[in-house]
Amino acid sequence: MISDVIDNEQVEILLNDVLENHGYDFLEYSPASIKRRIIRLYGLDNFVSFAEFRYTVRTDKQYFKRFLEEITVNVTEMFRDPSFYRSLRNDVLPVLGTYPFIRIWVAGCSTGEEAYSLAIVLKELNLLHKSLIYATDINPSVLEKAKKGMFPLTYLKQYSENYLQSGGLKDFSAYYTANYSLAKFDESLSSKMIFSTHNLVSDHSFNEFQLILCRNVLIYFDKELQHKVFNLFDSSIEKLGYLALGSKESLEFWPKAREYKRVKMEKIWRKL
Amino acid sequence: MAQTIGSTSCEALVIGGSAGSLDVLLEVFPALRNDIRFPIVLVVHRKASNESLLTDLLKSRTTLAVGEADEKEFLLPGKVFIVPADYHMLIEEDRSISLDYSEKVNYSRPSIDVTFQSAAEVFKEKLVCILLSGSNSDGVEGLKCVNSFGGRAVIQNPNTAIMPYMPQQAVLNVKPHIILDSHDMADYINKLND
Repeated sequence: MISDVIDNEQVEILLNDVLENHGYDFLEYSPASIKRRIIRLYGLDNFVSFAEFRYTVRTDKQYFKRFLEEITVNVTEMFRDPSFYRSLRNDVLPVLGTYPFIRIWVAGCSTGEEAYSLAIVLKELNLLHKSLIYATDINPSVLEKAKKGMFPLTYLKQYSENYLQSGGLKDFSAYYTANYSLAKFDESLSSKMIFSTHNLVSDHSFNEFQLILCRNVLIYFDKELQHKVFNLFDSSIEKLGYLALGSKESLEFWPKAREYKRVKMEKIWRKL
Repeated sequence: MAQTIGSTSCEALVIGGSAGSLDVLLEVFPALRNDIRFPIVLVVHRKASNESLLTDLLKSRTTLAVGEADEKEFLLPGKVFIVPADYHMLIEEDRSISLDYSEKVNYSRPSIDVTFQSAAEVFKEKLVCILLSGSNSDGVEGLKCVNSFGGRAVIQNPNTAIMPYMPQQAVLNVKPHIILDSHDMADYINKLND
């Protein structure tokens, strides 16, 4: 990848076009990351000039779908960071289990691997029947994949190891049926999920939750946008509810962080 | 600002390594002077687990501050930043760190290419990148990019590398500023301070 085919000014022009023509605001994303994604896509799709690329992104609705899917990072994993899931299983969900009804928001769920992981833990704690998982993403096409609950079979060995390390109680293969190259996860898991588009940059709070899970999404935002999103989460978490972030993300510099208490060593905070 | 043409002061050092690079790092770090005036970034391929092992090993061998790179943290002079396992690391124009969990590059995350390229754009001719031992070709494209922005591409002499493939690929494809034996590396880095 040659990193000077598109310069910073052109990135800004493109992102302004995207906001004006499609209503998606990427202007507060971390500049280096978004630039890298743009240059990557430009190369993947063999554009020959910035003008051509810009015109296509601006005017071609079909291509914009691809742009949206490729510009955002959709890499995810089931039971990523097993110690995090162990803490959810042992420290967080049993507390939520004392409520009559559990509402969880997986923000930036991508293709759904985290939502399905969460549903499996809820099921093993016998809490899934009274839970509802709202799984949202900016990107409609990844939500279509998430709804299907089918993940490439080649990853399942890793997921199964993660699951066991996180304190999983069963044979992981009990949760899916292998079908050619895909593993189709049990529909009892997705029956407790609601999928919907939601843009963390521009959309508002839509409910109150006892747990919000948003992992490896905020690393792509600049500091100001991170703080805006923390405020959005703050207005969407009940008192004594939990906020869970990715392994390198932190509430640290957010002014209201004092009103949250860290749960052990994991990136989980409880609202006081 | 008085900046003479050909000024070669170093404002950032990025070291990339894979299999066999740990031995070099463990040899180099104890010999580094303690008043290094630029940040040092380490991109080392390793398993996603046993997270803090590399950090702990290096901490015990240098007086420089060593830590895992945190997102949005600023690259400070005299500090060693280790790119966390399973993330790519990019550098912003304001010299803060962005972490990225996107697709692997050269089957690697962190990828050396990603950080070399990003650093090249920001630090241009004030950048020094060193590519160490390894058995894939990550880092080679990155070094090309460093050259094109006027930075210095330094390669470990493949004959002194436990896994010579990576530095060999670099020597074949990139015009190096210098090729260094592993035991000359600490001295070279110390002199970047002058």
